Amino acid sequence: MLTVLLLIVLICGSTGGEIAISYGAKSTGEPARLRPFEVLVFIGRVMRNGWFLLGIPLMALSFFALLILFSWHPLSFVIPVSALSYVTGALGAKYILKEEVSGARWAGILLVCVGAVLVTLG
Amino acid sequence: MASERRLRIKTLVMVFSMVVCANVGDLMLKRGMSAAGAVQFTGNGLGHALALMMSSATIWIGIIFLLGFMASQMTVMSWADYSYVMPAGAFGYALQTLMAVVILHETVSLRRWIGVLLICVGVVLVGQTKPRTTASPVQVTQENSGTKAEAEKVAASC
Repeated sequence: MLTVLLLIVLICGSTGGEIAISYGAKSTGEPARLRPFEVLVFIGRVMRNGWFLLGIPLMALSFFALLILFSWHPLSFVIPVSALSYVTGALGAKYILKEEVSGARWAGILLVCVGAVLVTLG
Repeated sequence: MASERRLRIKTLVMVFSMVVCANVGDLMLKRGMSAAGAVQFTGNGLGHALALMMSSATIWIGIIFLLGFMASQMTVMSWADYSYVMPAGAFGYALQTLMAVVILHETVSLRRWIGVLLICVGVVLVGQTKPRTTASPVQVTQENSGTKAEAEKVAASC
């Protein structure tokens, strides 16, 4: 039961964290030019954004859940389940960030998800 | 058309920067931590490991590259879709395998090669789609404020 809870924290934490950071970066507005100084100013602005500040602890929570799961279960169990975050990420992008996830993008994401599992299990 | 091409190119440049920074950063951290030896989970052991980490140039280089990864990721996500950047970043798995074969001369299993192939096909498929399918919240706000200003102007002229 605790394992299921930690897997939920792992997947939702990483997806939720990245979605919050993505929203924070978008709501800050992109840098006018890709020059080091302008990028640094942009990063400074993002780091004061509330969504970014929400995203970081979510990702940290997910990281700690991953560490605990690694100490309880073999890699061959944890990695395939954690690769589900590609799918939850696409769902979050579609329904929370309102992105258009086309058929080609879905197919690509699913291939990457299966590929990442195969590479990690080597 | 030209702006879409520009958007695609700058997105690919930043994703490439993300992948390179993450891989080099991980490699440096791994080297630095291996040189420091196994960390002992005692007060003294953790303190000793922390002191070694803080004085290791390799670990600092790794941290700088990982900060570069974070900066690239935040920057690219300010204009590109999350569902575009996330799978494209997985190209790092393929790069790691190629580095293992070319630099470290490791033997790679068939299963891993199939995984690399699937990732490459997946990344190419995602790469064919538009990097941005939504207006940024900033644009939406500006558009709304523009509409509001226009509406106020019309109301005033009436």
